This record gives sequence, structure tokens and C-alpha cells, in this order.
Amino acid sequence: MAREKSSKDNAQALFHSLRSAYAATPVNLKIIDLYVGFAIFTALIQVVYMASVGSFPFNSFLSGVLSCVGTAVLAVCLRIQVNKENKEFKDLPPERAFADFVLCNLVLHLVIMNFLG
Amino acid sequence: MAAPETSTAAVPTLYTNNTLRNAFGGVLSFFILLLIGVMAFSIRLFSVIKYESVIHEFDPYFNYRVTQFLAKNGIYEFWNWFDDRTWYPLGRVIGGTVYPGLTLTAGTIWWLLNSLNIPLSVETVCVFTAPIFSAFASWATFLLTKEVKGTGAGLTAAALLAMVPSYISRSVAGSYDNEAVAIFALIFTFYLYIKTLNTGSLFYATLNSIAYFYMVCSWGGYTFIINLIPMHVLLCIVTGRFSSRLYIAYAPLVVLGTLLAALVPVVGFNAVMTSEHFASFLVFIILHVVAFVYYIKGILSPKMFKVAVTLVVSVGLAVCCAVIAVLIALVASSPTKGWSGRSLSLLDPTYASKYIPIIASVSEHQPPTWPSYFMDINVLAFLVPAGIIACFSPLSDSSSFVVLYIATSVYFSGVMVRLMLVFAPAACITSGIALSQSFDVFTRSIKFQLPGISSNTEVDAAETSSATAEAQNDAVKTEKSEETSKNRPSKKSKKKEKEEKPSTKAKAEKRLLALPLDSSVISLLLLILLGAFYVVHCVWAAAEAYSAPSIVLTSRSHDGLHVFDDFREAYGWLRHNTDVDDKVASWWDYGYQTTAMANRTVIVDNNTWNNTHIATVGTAMSSPEKAAWEIFHSLDVKYVLVVFGGLVGYPSDDINKFLWMVRIGGGVFPHIKEPDYLRDGQYRIDSQATPTMLNCLMYKLSYYRFVETDGKGFDRVRQTEIGKKHFKLTHFEEVFTTHHWMVRIYKLKPPKNRIRGKTKKSKSKTSSTSSRGKRSGSGKKNPWQ
Repeated sequence: MAREKSSKDNAQALFHSLRSAYAATPVNLKIIDLYVGFAIFTALIQVVYMASVGSFPFNSFLSGVLSCVGTAVLAVCLRIQVNKENKEFKDLPPERAFADFVLCNLVLHLVIMNFLG
Repeated sequence: MAAPETSTAAVPTLYTNNTLRNAFGGVLSFFILLLIGVMAFSIRLFSVIKYESVIHEFDPYFNYRVTQFLAKNGIYEFWNWFDDRTWYPLGRVIGGTVYPGLTLTAGTIWWLLNSLNIPLSVETVCVFTAPIFSAFASWATFLLTKEVKGTGAGLTAAALLAMVPSYISRSVAGSYDNEAVAIFALIFTFYLYIKTLNTGSLFYATLNSIAYFYMVCSWGGYTFIINLIPMHVLLCIVTGRFSSRLYIAYAPLVVLGTLLAALVPVVGFNAVMTSEHFASFLVFIILHVVAFVYYIKGILSPKMFKVAVTLVVSVGLAVCCAVIAVLIALVASSPTKGWSGRSLSLLDPTYASKYIPIIASVSEHQPPTWPSYFMDINVLAFLVPAGIIACFSPLSDSSSFVVLYIATSVYFSGVMVRLMLVFAPAACITSGIALSQSFDVFTRSIKFQLPGISSNTEVDAAETSSATAEAQNDAVKTEKSEETSKNRPSKKSKKKEKEEKPSTKAKAEKRLLALPLDSSVISLLLLILLGAFYVVHCVWAAAEAYSAPSIVLTSRSHDGLHVFDDFREAYGWLRHNTDVDDKVASWWDYGYQTTAMANRTVIVDNNTWNNTHIATVGTAMSSPEKAAWEIFHSLDVKYVLVVFGGLVGYPSDDINKFLWMVRIGGGVFPHIKEPDYLRDGQYRIDSQATPTMLNCLMYKLSYYRFVETDGKGFDRVRQTEIGKKHFKLTHFEEVFTTHHWMVRIYKLKPPKNRIRGKTKKSKSKTSSTSSRGKRSGSGKKNPWQ
């Protein structure tokens, strides 16, 4: 009983510390995180749809899901490069990071549009 | 380069001297690279000089035909091309079964040159594509090794790759095959991966994915890349080298790379469904989990992190196990566990000989012998271990990649001789590192001991490779001055402390690394001698061993040089003396050449995608005349082509390949039994041969009228007299035999108009309106029903 209670306390304490630590991140990073979450959510919706309706134009399903996952991954890379706490990317101006992000997304979506069918 | 810290009188001259030296080194390495490219191109031109500018072997003829079609009809026709002149009556979807990289590359070069009004023919462009791309490949090796160890090692590795015989063997002028561009794509993809890993730039990650796309277009060996890179990522995670650069290098590659691979029609959905790609997805998931763990660790206090770990472990473990169990069940439900036959034969070398005789029969798929290692990479064979050790000091992400690359490629090269080609760049990279490091050590020892030079602060520009070398020299001279390396701008105090540490270490290093003067001079000379042996061997191998076009053969005898141009003679005869729609049957080796040069429809060709069709031809070749005639007649065949080397001693003729015809035919049609053709476990064609062997079509077509050549019928390849010397052909007639009897063409006699006696009805309701026809019952079980 005491164990359960302490584990429940632990879980709550953990949740609180996570929340407070996250609240301290700068706003621009939070916006990127929101974008990542949105992309993953869209991908999940597509997977659920495929599971219910069937995967017939498989290339369409693949391109849809991979475009969401791809842009989420690229946004995470952008977040890594823009994060001021990251020592390795101190000298990288955030404009350059954003330009790389846009370029990679461009290539990704060109491929997606070709593969969508 | 940032401005130096303190102002001593020596510093401004130091600054300009360093830039001058770096500029000089840059120009020098540019010219060296240019020369390496020229050398890589010219060493592959021996066959053009000795024979002519002609396409070699078998597979290149198919690529040449496809490129001709592309040049004539444009890319949309090529992409949707259904070829009805091969695998009659099945045809082949070229657009969907060919790796388009090579043909698109050559087609683009041809189109570009023609639009600039340089009228090169398609054949010329095809012949010279491989040497051009080998020059590119050596430049890519320079870039890759420069990322790992520096410019000196890069130049050495590039020079080694330009000449290594294993790569020359598949990329001479005329060898117009996939590997010609694929090796360049392989090295370039690896270079971009390492560059992304070292810089963490998303731009290079994009370029990496595009280069991977080019590799997928070019060669089936792209699965090596998509398994090696995840292996390396896993290695980095496990050895504690996880960093955000690793994430940037790998995660976009997986997503973009999978999509791009799925774009190529040959690969299609295999990019997500076959086991060869699962490793990349698995590591993708693992990478995300690890990245997430590091992130959480970063934002929580240690105590909270421990709580989080216990929570996650208890809950997540159960979920994880369930998911993994489902996945394993999915993969295990398919009989080959989702791997294709060729990949399986790589992992289990005995797989092909047990289950797929066609893969086992290709000579390139046999394991290599020990001498072939020394033939193909020569001196590099014992420089490679030194290079592996050099990669460990210091161990960085990129050098761990090189070690992993060479370990895996050594294993695969031991399974299949064709994969020595993938091993060659790895061998060149590691040997380049080893050679360059040893040169470094020796020249530095000499420099520190020659009087008058050791006081000089400047280090030889061509021997860069480490900023620490400059640092230790200059820090020795002027303790206060701030040394700057090429890329990193300096910060005030932190760097100064770091510089003073290497300076004391440098003094110790200097003492350690200074070998005695005479031994370092001698060692230097010996290393140069080693390089000379390598060069001599490579040039010899390129000139003598790997330049044979194998469509034209030569031999020297006491009365001069004989040229055997029988193959082209036969194809030319076919082209001019038969109808356009006539079908030609031969063993699958000659299919590509027949369609490309003779322009006739063939039954089977080198693509070997349909085992049953090949077994049909093999059965026909192993059957008696009448049965063989029936099979060929059912396939609408008009001409049969047989290669025979008994008169001149050409060892790769059809009688020597006969055992594969029997095995493959017997694998599908059980009435062909191999022991029927063997006497004491051997295939024999002399008087001791079995009656089945002496009556089969291959024997008759090869040795018809052979006794007329020398009266005794002595077969120079088998070194015996043949068994049955005087016989007539009942169902075939000979129409052409080339000058040296190497290619013999026979025509099927038309069926008789009237059948004497009772008409033999075939058993039962032959609903077999299939094009395979029926064999007349001769007491044996009819395999078509």
C-alpha cells in the first residue's frame, strides 16, 4: 500500500517536474514542438484511416504518412539546430538553419507529389 | 582564420606564411586530383587500344540496347517499354525491371553532347562512361577520406582507388555495366553521410538523400548502404557517441531515402516491405527512443530522472515485447522470412546451391580464392590492417564508420567474388590512411633531425592532416601566440589553455615520433618502392588480365596473332540472313548479345528471371533430337545457336556449360535425371559416354560433322576424341558455322506434310492450348499434363 502510494507520489512529482522544466523552454522551440506534434497527429489519423478502410492505393498511403513523418523529423532537426543550449550549433545562424529546413522540405514534398499518384 | 591573440613580431609573418602555405597546398592538391582523374581514365583504355572501341561481355550489350532505345525514343517510351523481342513468348517489362541509373546517365551525357553539336554516337558514349565515372569515383574517395583523416590521406586513397585492379575489372572502357556508375554513387553517398555527421548540416543531409536515390537507381547493391548506415548509427549509440549530429545525419535519410527508393520502379514497395530495409526502420525507432531519453535526461534533475526510468521501464517493457512479438510473427510467416534469394545467399553461402541452381551457376557468385585477393587489391591486402589500427587513434565517428565498412565488406567479399568490388574502395581508404600516416611519421622524423630545418616553424604544406601538427610546432616556438586551425575561430581564454596542453604534449610527442634519421630515410624509400610495385601490378592487370572484351578473342602462336571474331560473325549472319521475326534459341548466356547485335527475338536471356523457361530450353538441349524439336517447335523457334570450342580450344563453350542445362532442366522436369549423363560421376563425351549423353541435342549440334575437320574428331577442350563420330541430323539442318567453328547455327526442319501410318493421339483432353505445346508420348510421363 505504501509502495503504491509512494509510486503514485513519484509519478505526480515526475509529472510536475517535467511540466515545469518544459514550461521553461523558449517560445520559438515550443512552436516547433507544436508543429511536430501536429504532424505526428496527422500521420496517426492517416494510419487509423488506412486500418479502417484498407490500403489500396498503397503509394498514396505511404506518401501521406511519410510526408507527415518526414516533416516532423525535419522540424526536430530544425529545433536541434536552433536551440541555444546546444553547444555544437553555436555558430550556426538560425536563418541558415531555417533555410536548410525549407530546402529539405521542398525536396521532400517534390518527391511526395511525384509519388502520390 | 581569426586574428592571433598576442602581438609578437613573429606573428604577422606566421599568419601570412600559413595562408601562403595553405594556398600552395590547395593548388597542389587540386592539380594532383586532376592528374589522378586523368590517370584513372587512361588506365582503363587498354582494351580500346588493343582491340577496338567495342562493348564487352554480355550484360553491357543489354544496357547498350536499352540506351539505344532511350536515345531514339525518349524517356517516356523508355519508362513504359514492354520488350517483346526477348523471353518469347512472355516478353519483359523493361521499364519496371531494369535499374535505370546507368542508362539514364549515359543517355543524358549523349543528349548533352549532341545538343552542344558534338556528334558522338551512343556506342562511344556507352564505352567511355565507365572510365569517366571512375575518375569521379576517385575524387569522391578523396573527399571521403579527407573527411575522415585529412587531405594527405585523401590524396593517397584517391590515387590507390584510381588504379586498384578490382575496380578496373568492372569499369574498363567498354564494360558498360551497372557497377560503372554505382561505385561512384556508393562512395559519394558515404562521403555525404560522413560530411553530415561531421558538420550536422541539414543541407548535406538533403544531398545525402539525393545521392542515395542515385545509388538506388543504379544498382541492386544499394541494400548495402541502407544496412551499413543503420549499423553504424547503432554502433555510435552503443559506444556512447550519440549526438544531435547523428540524428540529423540519419533520420532525414531514412524518411527521404525510403520515399526516393520507392520511386524507382524496380524497387517500388519493396522499399518498405522486404526485410532488407527493416534494419533501417528499426534503428530509426531506436534512435528516436535514445534521443528522447537524452532529452528527458537533459531537462530533469537526476533524482526525477531515476523515477522516470523506473516508471517507463515497468510500463514500456510489456508494450515493447508485445509489439516485437507481433513483428517477428509477421516476418516469420513468409517462407524466406522476407529476404530475397540473392540476399539470402549472401547471408547463408550454401543457400543458393541447395535451392536456386541458377544463382549458384553464375561464376561471379562463387566465393573468391585466396590468390584473387592478391590479384585484385595487391599491396593493399597488408596495408589494410595498418589502416584499421590508424583509424583507432583517435577514434572518431567517421573513422569508426570506415572500420565498420571494411569489416562488413571483407565478409561479403569472401562470400561472392563479385563483391570484391565493394571491398575495393574500403581497402583503398584504409590503406590510404595507413600510407599517409606512415609518410607523416617518417618525414617528420627526418625533418626534426636534419640540421637547419628543425628551427623552421613551417610544416610541409602537402602533409597537412592535423592542425595539431602546426599547433605543436608553433607552440614550441612562441609559447604565447594563439594558433588557429583552418576552420575554428578562437575564443579568448578557453582555447589558450587547450593550446598550452597540446604544446607540452607536443614536446613529448616530438620526442616519441622522431625515429632515427637513417632508418626513416630507408623506410621512406621502401614505402615508395612498395607504391611502385603496386603501380606496376595495376598497370599489368589492367593491360593483360582485365582488358579482354570477350566478344573478340586473340591468341598468339608461332605464326603470329590470331583473332577470333566468330561471335560477331555469327550475329552478323543472323542479322542479314534471317527474317526479322525469326526466333532464335540458345543458352541464356547469349541472349543479350543476340538481341543487341543480331536483332532477333530470343527465348531466354541473361536476366534469368524465369527459371521454368530456362529449364525448358535446358531440357530441350538435353533431350534427344525429336523431343527437342517438339519443344522448340512449340516455342516457334526457327534457329538454334550453339557455341562450340572444341576446334580451337575455347573453354567456355556450351558443352562445358552442359551440366547446368541438365541441372536446371532437371530441377523443373523430373524426367531429366543427371545420373543418366554421368559416367563415374563425370560428364564425358568420348567413347565412354552414356548413350543418353551421346544422343542428346547438345552433343549432336556441337559435334555434327566435327570429324571432317581432322579425321579423328579430337576435341581440344576436353582433350579426347569424341564418342559418336558419324551421324546425321534428322530434325535439324545446319545453316551456318563460323570460321573457327565456334558458333554453329541450325535451323529446325519444318514438320512433315504427311504422317505415315497411324496418327499418334496424345493422351487425354489436351486442354493445353498453352504455348508450351505437348511432347509426343514415348512411354515417359508427359510433363505438360
